[in-house]
Amino acid sequence: MLTRVQPASFAAAAEALREAGAARRSVRIRGGASKAWGVLGAAPEVEIGTARLNRILEHNEGDLTAVLEAGVPLGCAQQQFAASGQMLALDPFLGQSHEATIGGVIATADAGPLRHRYGAPRDLILGMTVALSDGTLARSGGKVIKNVAGYDIGKLFCGSFGTLGMILSVSVRLHPLPARTVTALGVADDPALAAATAGALARAPLELEALDVAWRGGRGGLLARCGGLQARARAERVGALMRASGLQGIELVEPDTELWARQRAGQRSSQRALLRVAARPSALAEVLAAADVAAATVVGRAGLGLCFLELDPEALNRLTDALPAGAQRVLLDAPAALRGSAAVWGDPAGGEALELMRRVKARFDPARVCNPGVFVGGI
Amino acid sequence: MESGAELVARLRGICGADHVLTHPDALATYRSDGLAQYRQTPLAAVLPGAAAEVQAVVRACFEAGVPWVARGSGTGLSGGALPVADGVLIVLARLRRILAVELEDSRVVVEPGVTNLAVSKAVAPTHFYPPDPSSQIVCSIGGNVAENSGGAHCFKYGFTTNYVTGLEIVLSDGTTVELDRDAPGYDLLGAFVGSEGTLGVATKVALRVVPRPEDVRTLVAFFEDTSAAGTAVSAIVAAGMVPGAIEMMDRLSIQAAEAATGAGYRLDAGAALLVELDGPRDECQARLAEVLELCTNARATHVWKAEDAAQRDLIWKARKAAFAAMGRIAPAYYVQDGVIPRTRLPEVLRRIDELSAAYQLQVANVFHAGDGNLHPLVCYDAAREGEPERAEELAGLIVKTCVDAGGSITGEHGVGVDKKAYMPAMFSEPDLEAFQRLRCAFDPHGLANPGKVMPTPRLCGEVPGPYRQHPLERAGTATRF
Repeated sequence: MLTRVQPASFAAAAEALREAGAARRSVRIRGGASKAWGVLGAAPEVEIGTARLNRILEHNEGDLTAVLEAGVPLGCAQQQFAASGQMLALDPFLGQSHEATIGGVIATADAGPLRHRYGAPRDLILGMTVALSDGTLARSGGKVIKNVAGYDIGKLFCGSFGTLGMILSVSVRLHPLPARTVTALGVADDPALAAATAGALARAPLELEALDVAWRGGRGGLLARCGGLQARARAERVGALMRASGLQGIELVEPDTELWARQRAGQRSSQRALLRVAARPSALAEVLAAADVAAATVVGRAGLGLCFLELDPEALNRLTDALPAGAQRVLLDAPAALRGSAAVWGDPAGGEALELMRRVKARFDPARVCNPGVFVGGI
Repeated sequence: MESGAELVARLRGICGADHVLTHPDALATYRSDGLAQYRQTPLAAVLPGAAAEVQAVVRACFEAGVPWVARGSGTGLSGGALPVADGVLIVLARLRRILAVELEDSRVVVEPGVTNLAVSKAVAPTHFYPPDPSSQIVCSIGGNVAENSGGAHCFKYGFTTNYVTGLEIVLSDGTTVELDRDAPGYDLLGAFVGSEGTLGVATKVALRVVPRPEDVRTLVAFFEDTSAAGTAVSAIVAAGMVPGAIEMMDRLSIQAAEAATGAGYRLDAGAALLVELDGPRDECQARLAEVLELCTNARATHVWKAEDAAQRDLIWKARKAAFAAMGRIAPAYYVQDGVIPRTRLPEVLRRIDELSAAYQLQVANVFHAGDGNLHPLVCYDAAREGEPERAEELAGLIVKTCVDAGGSITGEHGVGVDKKAYMPAMFSEPDLEAFQRLRCAFDPHGLANPGKVMPTPRLCGEVPGPYRQHPLERAGTATRF
């Protein structure tokens, strides 16, 4: 029997978690429910929703920081920040009706094209308040952009899939919205050419806001977003670089919002399978070629070696065999039948690292009630 | 437990007799780090020559039940590398090989004893490694990892933690663990960076490097007081700019730095604001014009724009000399490292002025204005009775002022031994307990750099309850899609 609670305060959330821990009832934390990721196991006995923890506690414009409760829809927060010419530089796909919450995004370490310039979610978190399964309410970090006091528990919880405890609030660093953005586009029909051009752009001192690849059926393009007062002039330079490198169909797109919304949407799949592949940036050509072998559609961070491949579930093994050695695979969206085993997380991490992760889990959630079994190595 | 002599003999077997120091004279160098007021002589200092030797040393300590402290170049300013009495000091200075330079992947792999500047040199001229502590000529990457070091350029570029992509670490039981930022699982890498040597010791470090900016523009604007300079900083940030660096110096630090360097700062100014813009050339030029206008609007009395690399070096020389130059004004000083939300700068500086007057001690201010990281230097004369104690008390009140303003006790120097007493001002007991859980997962016996970071010593209990294996763990990962 599933018990659903929606605490309206940190204390109530901690108490709900404590009760579940004491009764050894398994708990799942629910934000906007826009992502069903991780290993699909037994249904949880308790679901703690963050819908009522939905306040923007602080938006310190002059300091470029904010403190958000976990249940704040990221899209809502972005609207408020944008009104001051600011953004949280974290732009994953937010769900069909923009339901993704900041808590869910952080718990899954989901990110979009802005990762190229601004880093992963863990790079934008300044502090965090969490609840543990023994009822502990603990805070780490702070709300200033520079701080080295105490351990960085926030990073530990970022991407922990609810297995260590419940994220209640996060303080984040904001960035100014670029004065203007223009995207340069170029097309290639050879993975090696696309990859070589991406490498050249990533190594050039252009301070691109984002550098993405979109690829399907042996053909695709590079998208390089320039931001700032001189965005257009820089996009022209990027276009010239693309042309010199051999790309075709060079185009400068402004406004470019739609273009990037498509890239973000390409990181999800409602019907087929979506695999996240992390490889060395220099292995991009091999990843694209592997995608062609499995008839996969790719969007990805061309300068970071991070790709999202959408494909027919039956083609997964074929893809895996074709990927370059050392590529890390995580199966995100997939039919339930494929999500029942730890293989969702790809090849297991090195034995010692996994053992250390198990020790971390045992210390933070000794009752083992927080989302058991969904994570790496059965954690 | 074996005796100290037996352990020393074992260490000599591992590293060679020449690399195990036990004589008090030989150990003198290693009694303290950059914060010389804390001193401790260890049982022995060992200088392993390879990662495998580090691991063997740590294992020997584990088997002997002897605590150890890892030390890089010893430039830390919080006593983080202060040895433990009867413990072993593991000096990583001999592990200074650059193992790989892979610019196609924006990546370098180094041993922990490699200096910060050597990383930038290894990837020049196309790339550089952004975190740049003032001690970058000598400070080591291993120390940077332990302290999550920053520097003048971290307002724009971030800190060490944003650049470490992989680590090989040795845990206190002698286990070697590989941590990779891209690998699925907990971000143990993120937890390790900045843990001040209390979770283990890094023996290999993979770093991200970035393209060197196309253009750099540096200027110093002079103001009547820090409040006017603060207005300029706010205006620059409000205009949507993230300069490579924004550094402020007050009257006292300008005078000391100028006396030491003769760089050309104006001695009649109450505040100097160093602004450095870097990035694509056209963007830099457009922004430079804007910065000049904003400084003028904020009543800058003079602006010195660097016309060439030599002038830029001069401008930075004065800023970087500010700490050392304080010796010309006072025989001794405490450096604090508090952080405040930048918008609270005027009121916090006023409070520091009041405290300075009340304690009759001069306080010079040099700080990273972009990110609100203050470095107040509390000047005192140890020869005067009671003055060191007064200075320490004043320094403590400044830290408290920062925390009360919503800030932090330390922005980049670390907690170490120096600031651990301030931890309860920032963190509650449950917060500290949560920190301890992480510590216990990595180092349940408390052998790695004990006595640092946490305000009071604590032990790790056993994990309560039997460990229940999840069905998926039993099943293993045999199935492949």
